[in-house]
Amino acid sequence: MLSFNALALISIFYVALLFAVAFWADKRAERGRGGWLRSPWVYTLSLSIYCTAWTFYGAVGNAARSGLEFATIYLGPTLVMVGWWVILRRLVRIGKTQRITSIADMVSSRYGKSNTLGVLVTLLAVAGTTPYIALQLQSVTLSFAVFMDGPANAPEDLAVVALWVAIGLAVFTILFGTRNLDVEERHHGIVMAIAVEAVVKLVALLAVGIFAVFWIGSGPSDMMARIEASSIDVWALQPDRWMTMIFLSAAAFICLPRMFQVIVIENEDERHLSTAAWAFPMYLFLISLFVIPIAVVGLSVMPEGSNPDLFVLTLPLTFDQNALATLAFLGGFSSATSMVIVASIALATMVSNHIVMPIWLSTQSVGATVSGDVRHVVILARRASIVGVLVLGFLYFRLSGGGTALASIGLVAFVGLSQILPALIGGIFWRGATRIGAAAGLATGLALWLWTSLLPSFGEGGVLSAAVFLHGPFGIAMLRPEALFWIEDIDPLVHSVLWSIALNTLAFCVFSLLSFPSPLERLQGATFVNIFRFSDRSRGWTGGAAEAEDLLMMAQRIIGPQVAQGIFESEAAKQGKQGYLPDVTPDFMDRLERELAGSVGAATAHAMVAQITGGASVTVEDLIRVADEAQQILEYSNQLEAKSAEQERTARQLREANEKLLALSVQKDGFLSQISHELRTPMTSIRSFSEILMADEAMGPEDRLRYSRIIHDETKRLTRLLDDLLDLSVLENGQVTLNMGEETIGAVLDRAVAAMEVATGQQDFVIQRPGPGEDASIYTDGDRLSQVFINLIANALKYCENPTPRLTIKVDEAGGRRVVDFLDNGKGIPTDAQTLIFEKFARVSDNHAAGGAGLGLAICREVMTRLGGGIVYLPGQGGAAFRVILPDARAEAA
Amino acid sequence: MSRPPEPIFLARQSYRRRRWSDAARLMPVVGLIALLLPLLWADQATTSGGILYIFCVWALLIAGTKIIARRLTDYDPLIETNDSTESTETKDGGAR
Repeated sequence: MLSFNALALISIFYVALLFAVAFWADKRAERGRGGWLRSPWVYTLSLSIYCTAWTFYGAVGNAARSGLEFATIYLGPTLVMVGWWVILRRLVRIGKTQRITSIADMVSSRYGKSNTLGVLVTLLAVAGTTPYIALQLQSVTLSFAVFMDGPANAPEDLAVVALWVAIGLAVFTILFGTRNLDVEERHHGIVMAIAVEAVVKLVALLAVGIFAVFWIGSGPSDMMARIEASSIDVWALQPDRWMTMIFLSAAAFICLPRMFQVIVIENEDERHLSTAAWAFPMYLFLISLFVIPIAVVGLSVMPEGSNPDLFVLTLPLTFDQNALATLAFLGGFSSATSMVIVASIALATMVSNHIVMPIWLSTQSVGATVSGDVRHVVILARRASIVGVLVLGFLYFRLSGGGTALASIGLVAFVGLSQILPALIGGIFWRGATRIGAAAGLATGLALWLWTSLLPSFGEGGVLSAAVFLHGPFGIAMLRPEALFWIEDIDPLVHSVLWSIALNTLAFCVFSLLSFPSPLERLQGATFVNIFRFSDRSRGWTGGAAEAEDLLMMAQRIIGPQVAQGIFESEAAKQGKQGYLPDVTPDFMDRLERELAGSVGAATAHAMVAQITGGASVTVEDLIRVADEAQQILEYSNQLEAKSAEQERTARQLREANEKLLALSVQKDGFLSQISHELRTPMTSIRSFSEILMADEAMGPEDRLRYSRIIHDETKRLTRLLDDLLDLSVLENGQVTLNMGEETIGAVLDRAVAAMEVATGQQDFVIQRPGPGEDASIYTDGDRLSQVFINLIANALKYCENPTPRLTIKVDEAGGRRVVDFLDNGKGIPTDAQTLIFEKFARVSDNHAAGGAGLGLAICREVMTRLGGGIVYLPGQGGAAFRVILPDARAEAA
Repeated sequence: MSRPPEPIFLARQSYRRRRWSDAARLMPVVGLIALLLPLLWADQATTSGGILYIFCVWALLIAGTKIIARRLTDYDPLIETNDSTESTETKDGGAR
């Protein structure tokens, strides 16, 4: 067997290695070369401080006693990690934006930067963590004891070992944990060291497990057979304990100060969480993979009565595997030391920020503006706190005698720290949670934990007498520590968790509902709950009261002259000022406070700034102002939205108009060439026929007549064209005079049809006039109206391609107006041309039949407009269809 | 204080991303139910069977979370369509 001295030497060497790693990582980070130091894997491994020596050794012992129940301790955290998107992501984001320094700071900051809550959480954390540290010291000494020979196994020697371990840990933690009082409370060296320790832990446990399965046993199937043959084969699952343990470990995973420290505070980058979300459950999976095999092999191989908690160590030793035993020892040692280091840093931060600094501040009667560096006070407070925490742990270890009472303390600590859960989770999901509610919940939980869990854990006759267990304090049976409210026979752990968490949550909710939060609380509440909505900041300060110089003086003392001056200078530059003194705007105060909070915690930072600004930071008026601003912004954005919709409409109209103009311009070009052609053709024939008439004296009378008629016809065509143009121009200029008179629609139509028949002489064209309504009389210019009708009939005549053309003229009533519809059975007008046909010079097709120049419909529209009616194209009638809307008789009469 | 109305229709990518984040929210619930199922039958079960069940559930949870986390970070995790508007705060420490 390895000698004690050799083991001590190995331990010292191992610790020296960790010092080197931490030192190297710190140096590297200082030089700004993060590299893989900042990888998500280091983050994941650092989370493994969840697995302390209690779980390293104790899991096997637990499995040997109660089988699979040991796994619950790992399944709870697995669920939390798997649900990273819900809770942890939120916590990390809040921690980053609000510069949270510890879980106490988180709770205090959420509930209006209340230091009372900070103190309460700190006390709870100290009470819950000190025994836990004692437990680590115990497991290290126990594992040392395994290597000692019988007679040397005296309690005094063990105490010496524990003392040296505690001293070593204190030195390490002070060296690497309080080197820098940074704006960001991160410790690269320590994180790196615990990542290394995480690997050692995992490798050690895997090695022992593989040794048990493949060396002692002969492979997995043999191991399954051994499990079936062992005493823990029956999975006596106790539903209440199973559920409680999963809940408890999940809650503790979030609420343990050291876990909060590594998950939230030491988090380098939010994205690391997405890797840790599956990688850390994987770590837990591997850690627990061999626990049952080791337990089963241990139970069968080791002599009766040997401590199953130490199977991990004793199993290799029994088979004389010194190297493996040493590795297992280092694994346990790593588990213990990494937990103690991080836990003491977390506790020291809380104690210095929430207890020492406020007291120190209040003793400084001159206030915060006095010059001098306050950083040494903070660092001193932290160092003293670290020593204090370790001394407490050591004393606890000594006084409790290091006996079996300690073994149960792990779960007791879990229950205690889980009391923070309602305030923490309620705080980040429920805006209505208040400071009073959180304090009431925490106090209730703390009291119930003390009474039902911590005090009974010392055993009957320990702190509480057997009589209290049996009959309750002062004989009040309702208050028996393990049977509250007369409900007996519950498992003590389940009993304690059930009552403490339930009543804690109830008090938290009820008092939150009944109390009224201060303005600052409500601001913080909104910021925390809506962290993904407004991550930038919440307005905290009203400006004006503070002097920039006082603020600079104070900031220098907390974060050091260079950093403080840097902040002030950059702020001044941002405001466009020279020098170090910016205007004290609320934004600046907010920023400054958050920078300070990174060093001394939100509550202290707030208190210090408040000392200078003279107290009240947020008034109801400020809140109203903030709300008003938000309202204005909202309205403004609504207006913008409306405006942009309007602009879009206008743009669409403009676009349409533009398209129309472009099309018209093309049409016009076409018309110009066409009208010159139209004018030219008759002119040419007139000229040539008149030349013939002039030149040929001997022409017969028939020929002469024929030529003269041609000349006459061409002249008429020219005249008609010019008439049309003139007509249109007159109409458009509004110079037309109307001969108004009473007439029936039928009469006007008769005239138009007759004129058409005379003009064209076409017989095969059928005009149907399904009668009713034609008798109605209207007051209008009948000649002009019949001009419109003639135009429409002529159009139908010209453009209807149907072999048996038919035109239906219907007098109807639509929308309270009398209308005349002209429907033919041709092809109709294509949709894209429908908007253009009423424009001047517009032509649907290029074949210009019968001398039209594209003015007819334009004239119709002008006429109808003058008459007080209108003309539109009716789509979807099977052919071309025009609707003439007659003038409103009543309007005319009036 | 009323919030501006949220858009009803999202681009395909943002839509996918939201569904993945829904899946991420669902994971712990699924895990919890799977881990509480043994309550129904574990009073007669053997530990060896229990080991198989628990570790299988465990492995599936890890695999599922890995897939979802990968999908969620495929899209830029710092720019969320609605959930989050800020991206500068965490970006400076973001050298991966």
